[in-house]
Amino acid sequence: MGLLSDPNRRRALISLLTRLNAPICVVCYMAGVVWFMGLAFEPFTLRTYMSENAMGSTMVEERFPSGERALATGREFAAHKKKVGGMPVDWLVKTMQARGLEVFTQTFSRTLPFPDENKERYMVKGTNVYGILRAPRAPRTEALVLSAPCTQGDHNNQAVGLLLGLAQYFRNQIYWAKDIIFLINEHDLIGMQAWLEVNMGRGGSIQAALSLELSSDVITSMDLVLEGLNGQLPNLDLANLFYAFCQKIGVLCTIQGKLQRNDWDSVSGYSHSVQTMMLMVMKQASGRPWGDHGLFLRYHIEAATIKGINSFRQYKTDTNTIGRLLEGMYRKLNNLLERLHQSYFFYLMPSLSHFVSIGYYMPAFGLLAVILLLRALDLWVQLASPPPGTEDGVVDTEQMWSPDVLSVLTPLVISHLTGVALYYLPIHFQKMALEHFPVSDTEAVVLTAIAVYTAGLALPHNTHRFVSGEGTEHGWRVLKLVAVLYLAVLLGCTALINFSLGFILALTLVPVAAFVTPHVPKVPSAFVLVILSPACTLLFSVFFFQELQEVPISFQDGWVLYLSVISQGILDHSLYGSLVYPLIALLVYPCWLLFWNILFWE
Amino acid sequence: MAAPLTLLLILAVTIRAALYRSSLADLIAERVEVVSPLTAWKRVVEGLALLDLGVSPYAGDVFHETPLIIYLFHFLVDYAEITFMVTDVITAVALYLAVKDYNKQVFRKQKYALEAERYPLDCLELIRSPKEMYYIPLKVAMFYLLNPFTILSCVAKSTCGLNNAVIALFILTTIKGNVLLSAIFLSLATYQSIYPLTLCAPALLYLTQRQYIPVNFRRFSFWWFVAQYAFMYLGSLFVMICLSFFLLGSWDYLPSVYGFILSVPDLTPNIGLFWYFFAEMFEHFRLFFLCVFQINIFFYTIPLSIKLKEHPVFLIFMQLAVISIFKSYPTVGDIALYLAFLPVWSHLHRFLRNIFLVSCVLLACSALFPVLWHLWIYAGSANSNFYYAITLLFNVAQVGRTVTETKVHLAASVSGFVYRSCCLTVT
Repeated sequence: MGLLSDPNRRRALISLLTRLNAPICVVCYMAGVVWFMGLAFEPFTLRTYMSENAMGSTMVEERFPSGERALATGREFAAHKKKVGGMPVDWLVKTMQARGLEVFTQTFSRTLPFPDENKERYMVKGTNVYGILRAPRAPRTEALVLSAPCTQGDHNNQAVGLLLGLAQYFRNQIYWAKDIIFLINEHDLIGMQAWLEVNMGRGGSIQAALSLELSSDVITSMDLVLEGLNGQLPNLDLANLFYAFCQKIGVLCTIQGKLQRNDWDSVSGYSHSVQTMMLMVMKQASGRPWGDHGLFLRYHIEAATIKGINSFRQYKTDTNTIGRLLEGMYRKLNNLLERLHQSYFFYLMPSLSHFVSIGYYMPAFGLLAVILLLRALDLWVQLASPPPGTEDGVVDTEQMWSPDVLSVLTPLVISHLTGVALYYLPIHFQKMALEHFPVSDTEAVVLTAIAVYTAGLALPHNTHRFVSGEGTEHGWRVLKLVAVLYLAVLLGCTALINFSLGFILALTLVPVAAFVTPHVPKVPSAFVLVILSPACTLLFSVFFFQELQEVPISFQDGWVLYLSVISQGILDHSLYGSLVYPLIALLVYPCWLLFWNILFWE
Repeated sequence: MAAPLTLLLILAVTIRAALYRSSLADLIAERVEVVSPLTAWKRVVEGLALLDLGVSPYAGDVFHETPLIIYLFHFLVDYAEITFMVTDVITAVALYLAVKDYNKQVFRKQKYALEAERYPLDCLELIRSPKEMYYIPLKVAMFYLLNPFTILSCVAKSTCGLNNAVIALFILTTIKGNVLLSAIFLSLATYQSIYPLTLCAPALLYLTQRQYIPVNFRRFSFWWFVAQYAFMYLGSLFVMICLSFFLLGSWDYLPSVYGFILSVPDLTPNIGLFWYFFAEMFEHFRLFFLCVFQINIFFYTIPLSIKLKEHPVFLIFMQLAVISIFKSYPTVGDIALYLAFLPVWSHLHRFLRNIFLVSCVLLACSALFPVLWHLWIYAGSANSNFYYAITLLFNVAQVGRTVTETKVHLAASVSGFVYRSCCLTVT
């Protein structure tokens, strides 16, 4: 505080900050990016370790014997599924009852705001079947969930078979202290959402959940999926548990489909972990659930999806081993005395055995955010010092302030109204667009969104001139100060909820916020501004994501994928309450429009 | 001047009416930053239901508002939204009139001083032109009505709006110099939430100065005036308390309202400093720290009254700020009331240090409250420490702002700027 209260030092500090503002900003930006890239470097990360005492060791004897029988059940399930042409509810109920579970079914129906072309569904009707294995030695207060989605076609039959096999095996064990709910959900996340809405609490409070995806009789590796709705992650101990048992049983395990490597000091090893981490960042930033577990997280239930992957490796794992892996994990979860809370909730994983905690990755974002504060300080100093030439600054500033309020308020209101239009119009104008243009439903929604977005750029942005005559130097500075602070608060809040999204937005929007003034050359700056706008960021992210997954696509396919990503974003919002679409439409886009406004200030 | 004020009122009422109709209203009414256990509308409804059933509204441990409020809403419950909008309008108009009157006095003093050529040259910039003073009352009303905090508070139907109206009327009647009404409204405010008791000191200082009674403890006229005021104040307080007793037929409300305010049994997180501290504390220290925390609020009255005895209106502002920071169940509505006074001292803002930093912190904290609440309660990934950190920062920023404001005000008066020019003093 001494530094700030001594007027001389304070003045020196401020003059230093304003004089060196641009270089400091550039250095901060570089440092932020470098820091972020450094996070994937193994010596800078922490090894994962189990924090939860109750799950401390893997000293459990796994004995699950009936892998073959589980596969046979899976085949039987597939046959019934084909016969019924959907979920074989009766067969499932009968089979579960035969295994001694308390069985319930739940029918649900939901109409999507517009047809989902990826999964070809519009009016969804389905049934969830679940059986509860009551704990023999405990009150019905706590529960664990094992779920497997019943998907169309030939997928995931083995997962259902294994789930039923485990149910039978678990039934004969006496050590369960928590109810175990075996859930088979139809229509993946929609079914899961319906189940969670209705059944929270029927089997006691759910402490952890695993979702199983398995589509072949033998697998080569198990993949762990953590990213849930709005970028929420389960407690790191769940990942640790999975990793520990994979190590013990000798199953190859991956995260983001990437195996772990030991050569961190080589270039290829480093780029491998950068790739893994970036995949996690991109997935988290998308804000959508990347597995059926994703919706559990919002109800305070730690959950993950485990996927069996069958690639061309020599090393094969049979169903018995996967059964033993799950048995081990459930027995450890059974030991929990309270919810998983000891370990981290905010982390990034450059590999399954290493993680970066919030304390390490936040500085990367902080370095970017500090640029905004520095620019704001600079503007504040410029605004506070009276303009040269006028002697009595008091009266002058007073006179200048009043019209400025209006000339700042007008663009603020207009850009937010554009944002509101971007949020509401795509779904509400769907019908009208369908009548007038030869497009499908999804295209109608997405193209309306893009049209509104582009129309926002073309709006007459010099409205302040109607209000207060010529825009003044003072006017755009006030507007920019407001916009910069707005962006700083917005990005800060976003980064707290979803670090990846906040960081990606900061990477593109902070340079815009830092350099835009009405005096930079218009055409190239406008081009840069458009390139760094949220919509283009999304387009680049789509290509970058494909690149990271090592399935590069042509521009044509990329564009189609881009459109489907937008429609998925809107669907995710209306179905599960994902926040990314409203965040972009109602807050980020209007904020970006303010900078667009400043560029064309006259 | 009436036209812009009317426009402002219409705009403010429109915003509120629109928000009442939107789906946001329910969301806002649940926010802990906006409603406290004392002021929540949900609890008032519960109290009304109990009253209708013929049970004492204080029978459960839910309702903690005063009996007069519940009888007020007994008649007005169907018009609750209109009541709250009207209350806000009353507050704004009262503040508008009060500040207008106050400015007139300031300007008169300034004119006398100018004619007597008592202004030193170096403080000419502190002389306030009639033009800029002309807009201040409107700005005050605007700061109150369009402040997001007030809007949130009104949309949540927090009874804090009623308390603010009472305090605003108290300020208006005091500045108009009406001793009786001032005492009545002050006792009403005290009856509502105890803490406005500390506003006694500035009211007395202002009224004595207005009636040209010197603040001198050895003078009989001073004590006589104090006795008169105290009699009116205590008398109306007594009437209100007895009225409450006769309405309810029991003294239930005393522990349930005032005991609740003073002993802080409800530790629901809010933007204040009590909840975390008392949730963490060992039980046997509780009483001690309770006393410390509560005395803390009342204690500032003495030094501030001594230091600011020439500037009672500024003292009212300070007291309101202190109350809204340190009271046991603060909400954003309390903060809105003292923020409304900022335009009155707008000529001093250029001298405030770190005002930029402090304003940024307040802004950022206001946005972070709901975010960290979401992370703590819904996502389960953050915990109470995160939320309290923001609470603490928010209050530190408020305290910082209040302290610098006082310092600048004092510096301005002591170094002769304002003192000699009598720019801000009333007498």
